Amino acid sequence: MIKSIKNWILIGFASLLLVACGQGGGGAGSKKSKTLENTKKAGFVKCGVSQGLPGFSNADASGNWSGIDVDVCRAVAAAVLGDADKVKYTPLSAKERFTALTSGEIDVLARNTTWTLSRDADIGLTFVGVNFYDGQGFMVRKNSGINSVNDFKAGISACTNTGTTTELNMRDFFNSKNISYEPIAFEKADEVVQAYDAGRCDTYTTDKSGLAAQRTKMSNPDEHKVLPETISKEPLGPVVRQGDAVWEDIVRWSLNTMIEAEEYGINSSNASSLKESENPQIKRLVGSEGELGAAFGLDNEWSLRIIEQVGNYGESYKKHIADTGILPNRGPNQLWTKGGILYVPPAR
Amino acid sequence: MSLKKINIENNKIRDLIPQVLTIIVLISVIIYFATNAQINMGNRGISFGFGFLNQEASFDITFSMIEYDGSHSYGRAFLVGLLNTLLVSVIGIFFATVVGVFVGISRLSNNYLIAKVAEWYVEIFRNIPLILQIFFWYFAALRALPLPENGISFNDISFLTIKGLYVPKFIWTNFNIFLLSVISAFISIYFINSYSTKQREQFGKQLPTTTISLITLILIPLITFLFLGVSLSFEYPVLKQLSSTVYTFDGGVSIIPELIALALALSMYTATFIAENVRAGILGVSKGQKEAAASIGLNKNQILKLVVMPQALRIIIPPTTNQYLNLTKNSSLAAAIAYPDIVLVFAGTALMQTGRAIEIISITMLTYLTLSILISMFMNWYNKKMAIKEK
Repeated sequence: MIKSIKNWILIGFASLLLVACGQGGGGAGSKKSKTLENTKKAGFVKCGVSQGLPGFSNADASGNWSGIDVDVCRAVAAAVLGDADKVKYTPLSAKERFTALTSGEIDVLARNTTWTLSRDADIGLTFVGVNFYDGQGFMVRKNSGINSVNDFKAGISACTNTGTTTELNMRDFFNSKNISYEPIAFEKADEVVQAYDAGRCDTYTTDKSGLAAQRTKMSNPDEHKVLPETISKEPLGPVVRQGDAVWEDIVRWSLNTMIEAEEYGINSSNASSLKESENPQIKRLVGSEGELGAAFGLDNEWSLRIIEQVGNYGESYKKHIADTGILPNRGPNQLWTKGGILYVPPAR
Repeated sequence: MSLKKINIENNKIRDLIPQVLTIIVLISVIIYFATNAQINMGNRGISFGFGFLNQEASFDITFSMIEYDGSHSYGRAFLVGLLNTLLVSVIGIFFATVVGVFVGISRLSNNYLIAKVAEWYVEIFRNIPLILQIFFWYFAALRALPLPENGISFNDISFLTIKGLYVPKFIWTNFNIFLLSVISAFISIYFINSYSTKQREQFGKQLPTTTISLITLILIPLITFLFLGVSLSFEYPVLKQLSSTVYTFDGGVSIIPELIALALALSMYTATFIAENVRAGILGVSKGQKEAAASIGLNKNQILKLVVMPQALRIIIPPTTNQYLNLTKNSSLAAAIAYPDIVLVFAGTALMQTGRAIEIISITMLTYLTLSILISMFMNWYNKKMAIKEK
């Protein structure tokens, strides 16, 4: 409830942690990963997620997290600890997320975070890949007579979340159209939805997947529609701290394994039976050929566990995004072999 | 003799040692934390510095008192946030004081209804958490307001809608002359007051100072309108259609609902505490004072103004200073309803975009500290002024 005070305490605490934790905290050895050692010692993966975004990371009534971002954490836990459930989730606001990661409060940030140059290069973070290709869009009331972003006129008020790339894209967009607008930025998505629903603003802008998910929370979802235009690229992906190359590789290849497994038709139910497959690429993915795990200091079954316990990317998408009605069509998040842009380097 | 001297010196040293030790420990703790933070940030590839303040902010802010858009720097965005914090604090302090004094005096009224209403007001608004009151004013009260096309109209020159309050904009010609005239009016009032004080102290004459001051304040600026070419016109807000069902107001000044809700919540909440301070202050003046004043023939207003209030103020001011400080700090809850104060703009958006948590949080904390110290310094000065002066 007392959101901003909580934020302050969290940020203050995180800064303190950054200050107080031992000096050896982040330094990476040549082949040794401090984060991997600590994770094994603790017995769980410390993962930062959103405060509730259906399809990406959302907790049910009994506190079980699910979503495609959550599945990245689960994949890492399955690879490293052998059990996908050994994850400690920390819900974070947009504002807290990077501080929580750099200070060591979490080791993986899987929180619908856009990969940008300044975030990657400037503040001690490393993006390991993309698990959802998104883009920013606009939602308006159906009866407003606005059918495209070209119908926007000067004086329009737009609600969004603070501390996100959407705030910056919104400015770029309205500036390029030379339209003066009133930006209203809230800290929590729920408040944005309430204010937009009440009529405080004429349009609500955020990632299109977010719009689709939030529309379900409106008092009358059928009265609203998402405009066809996409005004930005929003590649969302998991993030790790800079300076631990081994841990970075583990998280990157956990995600890549899920995507490549779909490419080769390996899923949670047929994975173990494919151990005797003819295809050497499949055999490498299920751990019956090669020594891929050794490169990270893991055993050879790490990728098999990911596929068995979490499933491939397609299964994860279907379960959390398609079947929940958020975005039934996979769009760009389809494999490159099927017309999408999901393309990962080969695991070999 | 010498033994005693040694003892005194021993005592002095004994008193000094723990203080010196405390300071040494404190300084080493600070140095330890600072170097540790530096090393940790270095390990993680985070640089420390304030250079980002000159970078382009590239995000817009709803409401700003100085010229600002995304092409300005983070430093400028900080200033916008700071000014917005100051604005809502000043508005809040003003209304909290007015309402607080009024309610505080009302609670002591002999009229049963007035006293009870004031009591209920205090008990209700004091006992509900502030953040809930802010949400109430913003989400509940705001939701009840109409859309711009059927906005509540005040004489067709001001409109209250869900998007805010639209009021006419003042357009001045020769504003400088007008400003000078107001300043000179205030200077004249100062001299009138000191003259009347002299008259009273030397000859016991009571001049109608208030009336004279008021006339001066109206007359001098009026002359500039009549003879010196000062004029004032208004730009009224006009309804503008953006699409088939989307309307807004064009022209005039728009006061955003976030500011209204926050100022309302802050002043209504803090007013209850000030009301209790005022009541305590007035009750703290002994009954004998009032009776003595009445016995020398002062009327009711004079008793309140000349005898009760000067003494009550000494009790009222120190705790009220605390309330002003609380109000200023509580204004940071603005972030919850998107009012662009320093926490939302600087410790929120700017922090997110730059990722410079340590720098930004320390600047923000220092800013609040400075603000609070300035307010307490002013109130301490005022308190000293109001204290009994022995003649």
